[in-house]
Formats: sequence, C-alpha cells, structure tokens
Amino acid sequence: MSHLALPHDNAPSAPSVPGVEVRGLSVRRAKATVLAGLNFSIPSGRITGLLGPSGSGKTTLMRAIVGVQRITSGTVRVMDKDAGDPELRRDVGYVTQAPSVYRDLSVEDNVRYFGAMHRRNRAQVREAIDAVGLTDLARGRTADLSGGQFSRVSLACALVSTPRLLILDEPTVGLDPVLRAELWERFARLAAGGTTLIISSHVMEEASHCDTLLLLRDGKLLAQLTPDELRSRGASDDLELAFLHLIRADIAAQGGAA
Amino acid sequence: MNPRMMGATAARVLRQLRGDPRSIALILVVPAVLLTFVYYLFENETMPPGIPRTFDRVGLMMLAIFPFVVMFLVTSITMLRERTSGTLERLLTTPIHKADLLFGYALAFSMMAALQSLVATAVAYWVFGLDIKGNPGLVVLVAVLNSVLGVALGLLCSAFARTEFQAVQFMPVVVIPQILLCGLFVARDQMNSVLEAVSNVLPLSYSVDALQEIAGHSTSTAAMWADVLVMIGFVLAVLLLASPTLRRQTP
Repeated sequence: MSHLALPHDNAPSAPSVPGVEVRGLSVRRAKATVLAGLNFSIPSGRITGLLGPSGSGKTTLMRAIVGVQRITSGTVRVMDKDAGDPELRRDVGYVTQAPSVYRDLSVEDNVRYFGAMHRRNRAQVREAIDAVGLTDLARGRTADLSGGQFSRVSLACALVSTPRLLILDEPTVGLDPVLRAELWERFARLAAGGTTLIISSHVMEEASHCDTLLLLRDGKLLAQLTPDELRSRGASDDLELAFLHLIRADIAAQGGAA
Repeated sequence: MNPRMMGATAARVLRQLRGDPRSIALILVVPAVLLTFVYYLFENETMPPGIPRTFDRVGLMMLAIFPFVVMFLVTSITMLRERTSGTLERLLTTPIHKADLLFGYALAFSMMAALQSLVATAVAYWVFGLDIKGNPGLVVLVAVLNSVLGVALGLLCSAFARTEFQAVQFMPVVVIPQILLCGLFVARDQMNSVLEAVSNVLPLSYSVDALQEIAGHSTSTAAMWADVLVMIGFVLAVLLLASPTLRRQTP
C-alpha cells in the first residue's frame, strides 16, 4: 500500500485481547470513498486518539466501530464480537459530535433516561452528572444551558452506562481549559480502570494525553504511533507542527507519485 | 420487549410534554371549544320528532376524530425531532428494543389522549346534553384507540419527512382523506362504489362505524367489537410498518 502506516512495532505491551480490531475497512458513500482499506488494532484499557484534518473520515470510522455505519467491505471486531452486535449495546458508549440529548428535558431527566436503558439507579445518575461538573444545573432545562454545558450533558448520558468501550467525537470542543483538564484526568482514570477510550480531537495538544494516536488523512491511515513517536517522526516537540510535517510529507509523496 | 425500558420511554415523553404547558392546554381545551362551535352551528335546526339532532351525530364523531388528528401531529413532529436531533440513533445504540420505543410513545400519547377525550366527552354530555343510547365509557375507549392510531401513523410518516414543515404536510395527505370518507359528511353506504371501497380500507371509518353502533344501542354490540378489533389490527400493522424505519445502521 502506498500510505505511510508504521509497522506495529510500538504496540503497547500489556493487554492481550484487543479492544478493537479493524481489517480492510472501506466505506463508500454516494460514490465517494470515505474510508479506504483501514487496518489497525486498538488495545483495551488505553486511550486512543483519532486525529486528522476535517473530512478525513474520523467520524465515519467511529460510527463503524459503534456499528451504526453501513460499511462497504472489511471487518470491525469490538471486544471479540462484530461491531454493532446486540450484546455490545451494553458495553459501548458513543458521544456524537453534535450533542444528542433532549433539549426539552432537564439534565437529570436526560441522564436518568439513558441510564434506564442500562438499569442504572439514582446514585449512578448523580455520579455521572457530577463527573461532568453539572451538579448545580442538574434540574435546569438542557435547552437553557450554554454550548459547552450542553455537550457535557451528552457526555454524562454516555458515562452513566459505564461502558467498557467509550467512543467520543470531539468531546472537549467549546470547553474551558480547567474543565478540559478535568475531563482528561477523568478519561485517564477510566482507562486505568480498564475502559477502552477512542477520542477524536482537533486540539493537537490534547494528543499528548493519549497512549496511541491514529492519524487519518483522506480516509487512509497515515500512521499509528505514540505521541513521542509523533514528535520524533514529525521532527518537532510541538505536536501540532509535528502533525503538519507528517501531513505535508504525505501530500508531497502523493504528488510525487502522480 | 422490556417493560422497564418501555415505561422509561413513556415517562420521558410525558416529561417532555410537561415542560410544555401551552401544548397541554391546547390538547385539552381545543376539542371542547370546537365542540362548542359545532353545537351552536346547529342550534336553530328543527328536526322532526324521533330524528336525532345533528349535534348528536356530528359531535359524537368529532369526539373520536380530535384525538386522531392531534396525536398524529404531535407524534410526527416529536418523532421527527427524535430522528433529526440524533437522539434516535443514540437510543438505538443502547439495549433498548424498537418495540419498547414504539409502544412507549403509544403509551404516553394514549394517556394524554384519554385525558383529552375525557374532557371533550364530559363537555359534550354535561354542557351540551349529548344524547346517545350507548355508554360514554365506550366512546372514550374508541377515542383512545383513535389516538393510538394517530400515534402509529405519525411514527410511520415521520420517516418520510426531513423537516417539520414536510411532516405537517402529511396531514392533508393522511388525515383529511380519512375525515372526508369516514362517514362524517356522507354515510358510507351512500357513497359511490369507488369511494366506499376506499373508505373500507381506511381505519378511521371503522371508528365512526363503532361510534354509530354505540349511539344506536344501549349495550355494546358484536358489530362494535368487530370494528374495535379491526382498528387494533390497523394499529398493529402500522406499528409493524413503522418499526423498520427505526434503523440501527445508516449509510
């Protein structure tokens, strides 16, 4: 293949059962290729960052792992089951980029409803609301919240189910630095407790919180590597610059080949 | 089917409604106001003795038609919002069964419809002296069944609308033909054969037939129960059709 995916020599040592195993995954939508033959595996109990320019296929890949995306070819295995398997619905939490919650319900009622799908009790609902820092607003209508608060309701609705695999599409957009730091600490605690997290982001400095990074461009996997490897391969301590260098090198390589 | 998830869904839908007191007021009050119009519209008519007042015929049918129309609209808009806001897709990634969702909606809105038809029926009986032979409880039963029919059709139609504007446009397509052909304006056996055949396959016709049975007999008749069964069949068939429109996987 022509892309620059690294050999998996950097696979983290600990877990034996992969959280997610993707083989030859392609998605075509209305004649356009959105994902082109992706191969990778994601270790469980780790934070994997999904990075790439807008339109590179991050959301489609996340949807494929959740099992809501109709795929053209390839396989997506999640915790040793096919993605979208009914049994996985208990174990996979998905937070979409646009918050998907009921605007006309209170914060608490939203979290309680999604919690009810997983038999969660009142205390667990409260805990999920506390986790996203909305304790004082729990009884307020979701529609009256600010943009950042609104997206945190959506996150709480996923946290309440305590999933084994948590997939988050741009969860920190519109959040202030304090809250962002708190959320990343929370994600780290979840991973330490065995939860597998897949998090997409535009903010490159957040990549440093991840154990491994998947770099996507034009529906292809550019590289799978650790933040440190990204720094050295991109020849910059600044992750954003390092990422830019890699992307530009890829564009140049493609231009040269054509 | 999981009663817990169905109950949680019904409770959630009712909570959403509770946050919107104006809609609740409209649902409860508007039918009674419209009934008042109908009553005064026929205030001065003189009927030969023994022939029932027009209000007793038209007012009775309207008791069943209101919940059908209102619940169709409320459901198609609510469900469309559920589809466009991403909450439906999110729900379908959880262990909830589609039937829990569909019946949760039907349960919540039929409770609302029961309240609505209780208010309207009470006004018809006690304020305007609606005079029919049968039991008013059966009238409420048919009205609730009609509302569930409205819910089911609303769920189905929401799949074919992309915007709320389109969803509202389904009312002239789905609801008005049924009102025209159900026997409210012209008795079904006096229609030409084509229209009568069409009215035979429209569910609202059977509720009007059932109401006429209730109006004409002091006890419930086998024909009325047959109409009720046909309506239940329609509701289940429409819900079955609506179920595949809740997709767990999309392109």
